[in-house]
Parts: sequence; structure tokens; C-alpha cells
Amino acid sequence: MRVGVGLPSTIPGAPGHLIVGWARRAEAAGIFSSLGVLDRLAYDSFDPLLALTAAAAVTTRVQLATAILVGPQRNTALLAKEAATLDALSGGRLVLGLAVGARKDDYDAMGIEYATRGRRLVEQLATLRDTWEDGAIGPRPAREGGPPILVGGLSDAAYARVARYADGYVHGGGPPRAFARAADKARAAWNDAGRPGMPQMWAQGYFALGGESAAETGTAYLRDYYAFTGHFAERIAGELLTTPQAVAQFVRGYADAGCDELILFPTVADGDELERLASALSGLATIEIPATSATASANAAEAAARRAGQP
Amino acid sequence: MKITILGAGPAGLYGAILLKKANPLHEITILERNAPDATYGWGVVFSDRTLAAFQEADYKSYKAITDRFVLWDAIDVYYRDELLRCGGHIFAGLARKQLLALLQRRCAELGVSMRFNTEVADVAALDGGYDLLIAADGVNSLVRKTFADIFKPSLVPGKARYIWLGMEKVLDAFTFIFRENEHGLFQVHSYPFDGTTSTFIVECDETTWRRAGLDAASEDESITYCERLFAPELAGRRLLPNNSKWINFVTVKNATWRHGNIVLLGDAAHTAHFSIGSGTKLAMEDAIALANALDTHPDLDTALGEYEAERRPVVELFQAAAAESQSYFENVKRYTRLTPVEFTFNLLTRSRRITYDDLRLRDPRFGNIVDREFERRYWAGQGRSIFTLIAPPPMFAPLTLRGLRVANRAVFTPATTGQAVSGVPCTGDALELARLAQDGAGMVLTEPVAVATEGRITSDSACLHEDEHLRAWTRIIQAIHTQSPAKVAMPLNHAGWRGATRPRGMGLDRPLRDGAWPLVSASALPYTERSQTPRALDRAGMEGMRDVFAHSAHLADAAGVDLLILHMGHGYLLSSFLSPLTNRRDDEYGGTLEQRMRFPLEVFDAVRAAWPHEKPLAVALNVTDSVRGGFGPDDAATVARTLKEHGCDLLVALAGYVVPQTEMPYRRGFLTPLSERIRNDSGLPTLVGGYLTTADEVNTLLAGGRADLCLMLPPQETRTRSRSAPTVATDAREARATADVREESMPEAGTPAREVRRVEKKE
Ligand SMILES: Cc1cc2nc3c(=O)[nH]c(=O)nc-3n(C[C@H](O)[C@H](O)[C@H](O)COP(=O)(O)OP(=O)(O)OC[C@H]3O[C@@H](n4cnc5c(N)ncnc54)[C@H](O)[C@@H]3O)c2cc1C
Repeated sequence: MRVGVGLPSTIPGAPGHLIVGWARRAEAAGIFSSLGVLDRLAYDSFDPLLALTAAAAVTTRVQLATAILVGPQRNTALLAKEAATLDALSGGRLVLGLAVGARKDDYDAMGIEYATRGRRLVEQLATLRDTWEDGAIGPRPAREGGPPILVGGLSDAAYARVARYADGYVHGGGPPRAFARAADKARAAWNDAGRPGMPQMWAQGYFALGGESAAETGTAYLRDYYAFTGHFAERIAGELLTTPQAVAQFVRGYADAGCDELILFPTVADGDELERLASALSGLATIEIPATSATASANAAEAAARRAGQP
Repeated sequence: MKITILGAGPAGLYGAILLKKANPLHEITILERNAPDATYGWGVVFSDRTLAAFQEADYKSYKAITDRFVLWDAIDVYYRDELLRCGGHIFAGLARKQLLALLQRRCAELGVSMRFNTEVADVAALDGGYDLLIAADGVNSLVRKTFADIFKPSLVPGKARYIWLGMEKVLDAFTFIFRENEHGLFQVHSYPFDGTTSTFIVECDETTWRRAGLDAASEDESITYCERLFAPELAGRRLLPNNSKWINFVTVKNATWRHGNIVLLGDAAHTAHFSIGSGTKLAMEDAIALANALDTHPDLDTALGEYEAERRPVVELFQAAAAESQSYFENVKRYTRLTPVEFTFNLLTRSRRITYDDLRLRDPRFGNIVDREFERRYWAGQGRSIFTLIAPPPMFAPLTLRGLRVANRAVFTPATTGQAVSGVPCTGDALELARLAQDGAGMVLTEPVAVATEGRITSDSACLHEDEHLRAWTRIIQAIHTQSPAKVAMPLNHAGWRGATRPRGMGLDRPLRDGAWPLVSASALPYTERSQTPRALDRAGMEGMRDVFAHSAHLADAAGVDLLILHMGHGYLLSSFLSPLTNRRDDEYGGTLEQRMRFPLEVFDAVRAAWPHEKPLAVALNVTDSVRGGFGPDDAATVARTLKEHGCDLLVALAGYVVPQTEMPYRRGFLTPLSERIRNDSGLPTLVGGYLTTADEVNTLLAGGRADLCLMLPPQETRTRSRSAPTVATDAREARATADVREESMPEAGTPAREVRRVEKKE
């Protein structure tokens, strides 16, 4: 399993230079395969695609993943253009995770009716690839067919969308056992639809490794970030990884459940958290260390060729 | 805090005990309409896991419970006058009366005020008298009704009728009895509880109940009827009434369990069908969670929220399991084709929480019976009556279909989609099939093979209608047959309106940009908004199509295919005739089901005629389109029975894709219920997939008579790490919830026998 790290772009008060510096240092740490972002409109947070673009400018190897982007809140033509732009700018490093999201306040703030989200996502998924291939709305993504698309969600409809439109599934967080169940469902849907191979499996978790005070700050942040879920926020906060031991077991659980890439998100706007995570991860047997940038781009080219159907 | 509890059932009493213990300053009053010793019902059942929770929550009542309960570890099943026993499940039973009495005593000891014979008719009358109102007023909760706009309760009555009786006889096992008479099928759930009597619940479907005249029967008449019906098992003992009526089980759910300073507990909040026997346990566990939450969080609102957040996932898991169990008993008539061993195995594994491996672990002797019976039926199918001394697990039993013998029940198909050029399968695909065959598959399944160039799904689909295709397939199949004992199955397909799409690497049903060919279908409707509109097949086209299928079948035989599968599912051409959603024809091939299946049957007959008599012919059929207004299980049963008469030997159970926006309850083995249904309804053997990856899943499915061949996924080598790795600390709550539902409920569950000792040690 590969491990990525989230940008601190949804932690209120995180300064811009922290995010850009974080991206650069994350790649330099060598252990992370991707940088992830979350999407939230009505909150003190950075725009996910712009944050990833900044990250793209200061990195050359890591994948840039939205986990997830609330697709239905965005105009599909514009999203297609933004995603193609980011993919082209980054040399084919975008991984576009999309889902309906769960925050009605964001839809209200966007002026989009919440009840239409499922329908809008389906239409968007059916359109994105065609738009990238048509070329009428440029630029051409770095990769034939555009960046890989992941779909998130826990409903049967979500798994059906993975199977019909996407390249993989992105899980929204929780204990490994919850991921395992969701992953089984995504694979079942994929296989039943007659898609070749298996869907890519992405997942995420939260960490705060700077001792008790960091744990407290992180917990408070999660409670606030997930306040809209009511009492569920307490659970999410309770799952925060606050020790290297917890990180190791979490990583192991996800690897065993067949996760391909696990993104760990910070909960404290403190640059040292990145090194703490890197050190907690170093030496874990289940982690695939990313290849150097030269082999990475060769692999990417090969994968692109495979996806385009050329042997 | 002033706490008023409505209802002195297990939830109310146990809640009072725990709250008072946590804080003796609480002023707690229980209001109960009945007298202290008036109680309906007979026994309740607990598992050791529940008892452990009781021990931790309140040792004194735990001790009182364990001093009185009856322990047993077997399940007996009477079916078709045979008795089968399966051991290793532990249950502990206790009289409800005793349970309530001991909880009342404990309440009194702690200083809880209990007002019996106090009926509350109006919740508003209690206003102002409490800081917290706990509604433990049972399945017909008055509080829930009063605030129905807040709790938004859903009350769903089950389809079956049941009556809760007692029996003047002790039992040494949880006992199921299935008995058919001229009125229909009845089943009994019976279990011991107090050392002298047993609970005896009789259940049947509505029609049976009316036919037997039980709708008009008094309590006495009902008892007389049941005594006569179950005379052999009762052996002269009496059934006992307890103000018993024939009722429907009502499943209660609520959108929320709390409203300001009011909270629902036990049956008032949720019920779960009695066949998994968890109502009392859930009610008492609610009480534990509520008391803990109130003890931990000083703020009432947070505490009630935490209580609900803790309990809801656990309760929902139990309700899901209960729903499966309930549906099993409501439809048990469907399973009466099964032999007693199959039937019993199916019953014990009905809600999928208990598997073949679990039963083997609990009772190896029963496991051996299951294996030997499976093997015996194979030989019986060969016309030989053999008492099998030893037998492999069901997955390794052979299967015969006409002249074909498949060495084991595992079917594999390549994980990649084909890369055929002009319909000729490429070497890579051939090697992949050959590898699966050599690696142990009983049978390998090719990709769907097109009967015509325009019948391909994608430009890469393989075909079988020209000499070139025949040569390629002959080479591939000969290689498989010389290198391995595996058999080769090939689906023959015409993609219809799902044709001319791009390879599926980047999505399903995306129309080809260049080189698309004209499509045909039952009606001129496009599959997706972006798809080409097909031409509706006319009579001449249909005749041509029939001949094309027959021609391919002929070539398939020449190529050495062992099992031919005619594809009538997933929205492809033949499927588009079957489904009312896609067949809008107004000629004699559209309209009623009989007319919609006419063309697929014509094709079947032509293929059957072209295909050698000694070789089996299968049909891949949607058991449901899985969308409203589509083809459903009853339609599928009609089609399957007709196919059987026309010489079909096997069904491949499929679902969905008749229109693009279909979704199914995806999970491991999600197609199994459909396979089971169509197998029971038609009497035809089935092949089923649905993401099966383990031998345990396959054995469970086969031994329970749910399918005959299983399409498995190869293990993913890069991921073969220990699946039973320890779960992480953050996972504890969820692990507990899942473990509870797996191991705790009766009668199919219970915990392995060795756990008995653990309970006993604790006492
Ligand atoms: C056929 C059958 C078999 C079952 N078998 C089992 C089993 O084996 N094991 C098991 O664990 N569970 C079993 N159950 C379930 C079990 O009976 C209930 O789930 C359990 O009793 C629920 O407890 P409770 O305290 O929530 O409600 P109840 O036990 O129903 O208690 C509610 C109390 O509130 C009182 N009340 C209601 N309204 C008012 C009012 N307005 N004023 C004053 N008092 C009021 C009632 O008189 C009653 O005493 C079975 C249920 C059925 C139907």
C-alpha cells in the first residue's frame, strides 16, 4: 500500500506559506506517494483545486488527489477545464476523487439545490471524460482520457457509479473494518459490471502526533469540522490517530483490507506534524516507498499507455 | 435528577437499577399499568456475551439471573419426519416472569419507587414532574405515539401470523419443527427456560392461517389445533395459553430516539423479529448504554445523543439480521424442495452470519454429515445409492449435467476483458484461460462470445461465427483439455443495444467514437442518452438472428465447448425482449410475459437443436432487473420453468443492467439470494457469482442448496496478507457491534460450546 499525506488546507487559520511549504517538504520526505485535499465551501478553508495547483508548482513526483471534491457543486464544463489544466500543469499527477458530499450548507452557499446532487454527479461523471477527449474545451490533460476518476460514498448508488464511470473508489474514513466492507462492495459492483481488473482503492484517516496538546487541538478541529454530522463528530474525533502505534495499526489494517493508497490528513496547522508522521511511518513493512521521479514518470507513461488500450 | 420511567419491562427496570446505582441521589419513579406479577410471555434467551455485559453493569442482578437460567447447546430441527441435531451453540434461558421479579427486587433494594397498576393515559399529565422521561413502554409505546411527529416511527407488520404459547415439557435443545398439513406449512420455535416448561411459538403464513380457520378460532381452539398438529413432538404434553393471540410481528424503527428530555428505550425504540431472540437483550443493553452516557456526560442532551450514537449501529445490525431471518420464515415454503440435511444447513446459515466453517467448528459431526450428504446426492444423481463413509467439502464434490462431469464447483473467468482482433481471441486471453484451468478451476468461463460482428459489445469482443474464430477457439479449448481436467463454458451473446461501445477499461457503455456499427434491439430505444438508437428487430431479422445463434452453437460444439450458455441477461439482445422496460413492441413478441419470452425461447430451441443432446445447455438470466417496473423474480421463475421444459440444464443467476441506472445491494455474495430463489422456484441447478472469494463462502452456498456452481475471483496475490489481522484500537466499538451480531443471537448463532466454560467460571 502507498501512503499519502493531506495538505493542511482545511484547518482554519493555516497560513498559505505553510501549505506550499508542506507540499514541498512532503515530496522531499520521500515516503509519501500523494498529497490530498478535502473540499468544503462554507468554512475557513482553501479551495482544493487551487491548493493542489500550488502544490503542483513546487513538486514533481507526488500524485495530487482530491479526496474528495464535491462534484455536483461545480459546473461540469469548468471543472473539466480546471482538472485538465491541473493535470497538464503537473505532468499527469491529478487524481480526481468526486462525491456528492454531505453538507447542505455548502450547497445552499453555492446556490445549488441539495436534492439534485445525485443526478448532477451522474451527469457530471458521464460528461467529464467526453469533454477531455473532445478537445473543444482545452487543454488536453497530460494523460490520454484524462486523470483517473475516483468516486466516493457509501450508498449502493455510489458503488454503481464507481463501476460505471470511475477508475476506483475513495473511502471517506473510519476504522479499517468499515473500509473493508465498503471496499468489498465497490469491488463487487465493479466485477459484476464486467469491468476489467479491480478498482483502485483509496482511503483516508486523520492524525495529530505532537503529544497531548496536539491531540486536543486536533480533536477540537475535527469536532468543529464535522459538527454538521451531530453526534457523529464525536466518533470521528475519537478515531484521531495520536500515537505512532495507532498510525502503524491503522496503516496495517488498511493494507490488509486491500487499500491501494491511504492519505493521512493533518488536524493541526503545525509544520512539524509532517516530520512526525514521516517518522511514524518509516520502516513499516506494509508501505510501498514511491519510486524516484524518473521511474515514477516512466511508470505513469506505461500506465497511461495501458489505459489507452495499447499493449 | 428526577427521572420518570414509563413501563416496568426489562428495559425500564434495568435502567432504573443502573441509574440509581450510578447516582443514589436520582429520584426514580417507575409507572407500570400491570400488577407486579402479571406478565405475558414465557422464556427469554441470553448469550454469554450479553451476560458478561450484565456482570459488569450490576453484579447482583447478574448473579440472580445466572442462578436461575437453563443452559443448553444444541439446535434440533424436525423436518419431513426426520430429526437433525447440530451442537455447539450456547444458549441461556430464563422465565420472563423470574427476570422481572428479580429486577423488581433489585429496584426495591436500591430505593427505586415502583407504582404498579398505574396506567398512564396522557403523557402531558406527567409534565413538570421529571427532569428526564424514559419511555420504556414497549412495542405499543404511548410516548412514541404522542410525539410521532418527532420520532417519526415506522411500524412494519410481518407477513406471517404467530402465537406465543407455553409447553408442559422440558427440552434439551432449541427446537424447530416444520409440519405440513392440508392447510399449509407451520413452523415452531421452541426453547426451554425454567426447568419445567418451554416456550412454544407457532407460526404460519396468512393463507394457511385462514385455511385452518384459525382467524376465527378462540384461544382454546387454537391450542387444540396446535396440539393435534404437533402431537408427535408433544408426546401427550399440553400446550399452555397466556392470553395468547395470533398476531403479526411488528418491526419498529424510529427516525430518532430522543426528544428534549424524553428518550426511548427497548421495544419502544426498536424491535427485531423474535426468531433471532434479541428483544430483551437489546432492551437491557439500551439501559446499560443510557446509564453509562448519563454518568459520563453531565449535559443531558449530549448524554442522550451519545446513548443513541452508541446503540443505533448495534441495533441496526441486529435489525438487518432479524429482517433476513424473518423473511426466511415468511418464505420457508420455498425451501421445501431441499433434503433434510440441506434444509437444516440452510436454516442454520439463513442470515449469513454463520457459515460452513463456523458450523464445522461448533459441531464437526454435523459438518461431516453435511459433506457426506452432499456427496451422496451426487451419486444419487448418477443413479447410484451409496452410503458415503467420507467426503470432501462441498466445493470439491463433482457435478454432472447431462454427459458432462465437472470435477469441482469452482468456476473462474479471466479478470481482464478480451483483446480480440476482428473477433479472434488473442493469445493473452487464451493463456489466461489455460492458466486458470491448470490452477485448479473445475470449469473456466470465457468472456461473452458474440454470434455476429454486430453482436459484439466492444470492438475487442471475441466472436464465434466464422472459420477463423472456430480455428482460434478450437486451439484454445484443445490446449485446456489436454493440459487440465477443467471444462470450458462459453456464453453466446448478442449485445443488442449495448453493442458498439468502447472497451470497458474507462467505463461502461461508452459508445464507440469511430467504427460503430448499427445496433438492433427489441425496441428502438437508446441505451444511454449518448447511445445510438437501435433498430427494432423485425420478423425477418429475428429469423436471421435465430439462425445465427444456432450456427454459433454448432461451431461451439466443433470447437470443443463443454457447456454452452445462452445469454439472456444484462440488457443484451435477448434480455431486451424479456424486460417490459425495454420491450415496447406491439406485435406478438411484446406485451405479456408469454409474448416477451417468445423470441428468446425460439432462439433457445434453435440452439438446443444445434447443440448435441449429451451436452448441457445453460441460460444466463436476470432474476431481477433491479429497477421499478422491470422484470422480477416471479417473471424469472416463469421463464426458468419454461426453459426447463425446453431442455435447459442450468441457470446463471444475474441481475441488472437492463437500463444503465441500476443499483443493487452490493456486498460479498449479493447475487446469492437471487440464485437461491430461482433455484428453488424452478428446480434447475444454478451458477452464481457476486464477488465470491473464499472456500467458506462457496461451501456455505453449496451446502445450503443456494447454488450448484460458483463463479469465484482468483485470490489477489499481491494482497494475500493475513485477513484475520488484529483490528486496531479505534475499531473496538465497531468490532463489538459486528461480533455481537455474529455470535450472540439465537437460535442460529449462540457461541461455540467452549464458551460455556467461560461463563461458568465467571459465576
Ligand atoms: C413471540 C416473541 C418471542 C420473544 N422471545 C424473546 C426471547 O426469547 N428473548 C428475548 O430476548 N426477547 C424475546 N422477545 C422480545 C421481548 O419480549 C421484548 O423485546 C422485551 O420485552 C422488550 O422489553 P421492554 O422493556 O422494552 O418492553 P416490554 O417488556 O414490552 O415492557 C413494557 C412495559 O410497559 C408497560 N406499559 C406500556 N404502556 C404503558 C402505559 N401507557 N402505562 C403504564 N405502563 C405501560 C407494559 O405493561 C410493560 O410492562 C420476544 C418477543 C416476542 C413477540
